[in-house]
Amino acid sequence: MTEQTVNPGEVLLEVEDISLSFGAVRAISDVSFDIKKGEIRAIIGPNGAGKTSMLNCINGFYHPQQGTITYKGQKRSQMKPYEAAAQGIARTFQNVALFRGMTTLDNIMTGRNLKMKSGLFSSMLWWGSAQKEELEHRRYVEDIIDFLEIEAIRKTPVGRLPYGLQKRVELGRALAAEPELLLLDEPMAGMNLEEKEDMCRFILDVNDEFGTTICLIEHDMGVVMDISDRVMVLDYGGKIGDGLPEEVRSNQKVIDAYLGGGH
Amino acid sequence: MTNTALDTFPKLIRRNAKERPDVPAYREKEFGIWQTYSWKDVYDNSRSFGLGLVELGVTRGDAVAIIGSNRPQLYWVFSATQSIGALPVPLYQDGVADEIQYVLAHAEAKVVVVEDQEQVDKVLSIMDQCPTIKYIIYKEPRGMRHYKQPFIKSYTEVQEIGQALDAKSPDFFDAECDKAVSDDIATLLYTSGTTGRPKGVMLSFRNMVEAGRLSVEFENLTEKDKVLSYLPMAWVGDHLFSYSQAATAGFSVNCPENAETVLTDLREIGPTYYFAPPAIFENMLTQMMIRIEDASKIKQKLFHYFIDVAKKCGVEILEGKPVPLMDRLKYALGNALIYGPLKNTLGFSQIRVAYTAGAPMGPEVFKFYRSLGVNLKQLYGQTESCAYVCIQNDKDVRPDTVGPPAPGCEIMIDEATGEVLYKSPGAFVGYYKNEEATKETKTETGWVHTGDAGIMTDDGQLKIIDRAKDVGKLRDGTLFAPQYIENKLKFFPFISEAVCHGNDKETVTAFINIDLEAVGNWAERRGISYASYQDLANRDEVYAQIKECVEQVNQDLAIDSELAGAQISRFLVLPKALDADDGELTRTRKVRRRIIAERYEPLITALFSDVSVADIQSEMTFEDGRKGQLKATVKIADATTYPAMRAAS
Repeated sequence: MTEQTVNPGEVLLEVEDISLSFGAVRAISDVSFDIKKGEIRAIIGPNGAGKTSMLNCINGFYHPQQGTITYKGQKRSQMKPYEAAAQGIARTFQNVALFRGMTTLDNIMTGRNLKMKSGLFSSMLWWGSAQKEELEHRRYVEDIIDFLEIEAIRKTPVGRLPYGLQKRVELGRALAAEPELLLLDEPMAGMNLEEKEDMCRFILDVNDEFGTTICLIEHDMGVVMDISDRVMVLDYGGKIGDGLPEEVRSNQKVIDAYLGGGH
Repeated sequence: MTNTALDTFPKLIRRNAKERPDVPAYREKEFGIWQTYSWKDVYDNSRSFGLGLVELGVTRGDAVAIIGSNRPQLYWVFSATQSIGALPVPLYQDGVADEIQYVLAHAEAKVVVVEDQEQVDKVLSIMDQCPTIKYIIYKEPRGMRHYKQPFIKSYTEVQEIGQALDAKSPDFFDAECDKAVSDDIATLLYTSGTTGRPKGVMLSFRNMVEAGRLSVEFENLTEKDKVLSYLPMAWVGDHLFSYSQAATAGFSVNCPENAETVLTDLREIGPTYYFAPPAIFENMLTQMMIRIEDASKIKQKLFHYFIDVAKKCGVEILEGKPVPLMDRLKYALGNALIYGPLKNTLGFSQIRVAYTAGAPMGPEVFKFYRSLGVNLKQLYGQTESCAYVCIQNDKDVRPDTVGPPAPGCEIMIDEATGEVLYKSPGAFVGYYKNEEATKETKTETGWVHTGDAGIMTDDGQLKIIDRAKDVGKLRDGTLFAPQYIENKLKFFPFISEAVCHGNDKETVTAFINIDLEAVGNWAERRGISYASYQDLANRDEVYAQIKECVEQVNQDLAIDSELAGAQISRFLVLPKALDADDGELTRTRKVRRRIIAERYEPLITALFSDVSVADIQSEMTFEDGRKGQLKATVKIADATTYPAMRAAS
């Protein structure tokens, strides 16, 4: 497999005419859009619009019945989530999915899993190259801890943390995989205003500092409009708008979908 | 010829680098690991940074401002700046742009060295009002990639320029170092200022080095000691402990990872020498008590039993006084089971000397720490004296005095006003660009006015009552010392702040701030639900608790013959916490009475009338600097006062 490098501003991931159904339920129908390298791309829409399904398609968790997904110039058919991860796609989940009994540090360390090369035995003995490797990974993780300003909870089991911080740890774990494309599923859901503002700042900083392309799902319109470069709007599985935040904001279909229009 | 006198900090640091190059000088926690810098590192880094400043056009006498949290690199800016004859000016890093602008403009800072992007932005926002600023230097590169302005430089960039200069003229730096003499101004510290604009206190090398040297000798501090530096660098105390004494004694200064990790870092470092304002000790005690309430019954019993043992004989054991054998044995057992582990959790296991200063401390809190075996002492000083006026002796520590004059200091009480005046080797040179204020504060014979009202006890210990200007009288002539009463109130864990009113009035009344954590925890335990600080503060149950505290204080006051008439008759719980961001407290958390009196004027009027509720509207500042309006209806409660107990005797 030849790796193709994508320059900033070029298309990193292209979704063409994909449709996904579960039995008779059509979750996504004929949606096409693209994500450009280095941008913050938002997918918004009311509940049940198919946003999370779309994310699951991108990272290989669901396999759409129709359509193609092209990532870094390569068309792919049936891809497993771990293959997506190996190619540089990382994600966070709508419901926090961390190891609750493990510390913040260990949770983020699990994000380095794919980058660890040592064998089972040398890892168990923590000897030679395995030791050296772990130190390097720890260094990287510490950078993330510093970046996300979570030094004070480094050794705290995440189950004891408030929700907003758990979300931040989850972002940390995704970042630990050094992703090229970061998928965030409702990173701001259930947060208070201050936590939301913090999270927005971190998303912008990640994008700026690491140059990570970010695709995020949100239903809080205000937040999305402020931080995204481009926004796509889904409703009932179909695309009803796509473009710059201000274009989307003035799109009549979008307004109807959000305000329960159609009358 | 080289100047061998050790009369300036650059010279002291140069000596340390020569005599003990590998001894740890500064540590900071980065990436979860303590990184150590030796005295040689300090010297080398100061040298390259200082020379870098020279290349940026800083000349002798120029001011270099420092804004940031305690970082080794920022401490080196002090020595770097002083080495080349320029003047370091540390600023409080949480100051709002307006405060920072005033100081930068007043000090005519040419270069501003800041910690990170946040501060760069802050300085950029006020650049146009500070025409003297030529460069901004930042330590932390994160987020700085898009700043292309040529006048913004990174710390390492400046060091590189400096190294290049060093390679060209290797003797230049030491020659510059040697030019400084002890009467040169070492640093300019701005006082936080309870009234009016901050004043720049000029301290000479003689002031700082002497204050450092004498206090190091007084406490026998050596290069083996360790201190945690976590209080603002612009505060004179931190400057004395983390810079002056460190350079003099050669001990190590440890910088915490960030403000939130201070307690963890304290435990990891286990300092031998520690200082904290009373609020921090009080806070720790509150936390401890809250956690004990969560512990199992057996643990609670053990804790209270041994704390009672410690109360009985702990202080005597610490001071080496005779104690019955049985008590000694109980104390030893308590030490193994409770005090030892407790001190370890607090990070106090290795403490030889702990200081508190800045405000009086509740006697109970004070005795509590001493009874555990923590050698906590009080210190009295001001920015104007390099924090060096009175220190308590190990053998004679009392909660209600601040000790006898420290070696080299003299105290005098003004007969007429009761104000404390002192002479100290640390007594400042003058206020920067403010002759008038200098003359008001420092007499021609060298006595410095403190503005504090105090008394000298018969055996030569100084006792501070209040700020001289705050001490007033009730209408019937009773002495009214608001801070004295407030401190009694603040001793209760439920009360975080209090403001008393009463000058020229019939009675005394009080504003109370509840301690959110302590009261919140208490409310939770009793199933009292609340939506916000404001909601909790307004609860009847909370008022009942506070009323008990107030009445307890009244009982205490009734015993105090001089102040028995100044008991609190009415009080209210404020719907918002008094905050330095709203200008209600100083950065060192002292109450700004005038501003509070103006802002809460309707509430004060209500307190001195007979209404039972009052409305208040006030502006409040959020953490990000936005402003909001606070509107609330506040209940006013009456408290019982007690007849003076010793009035007759």
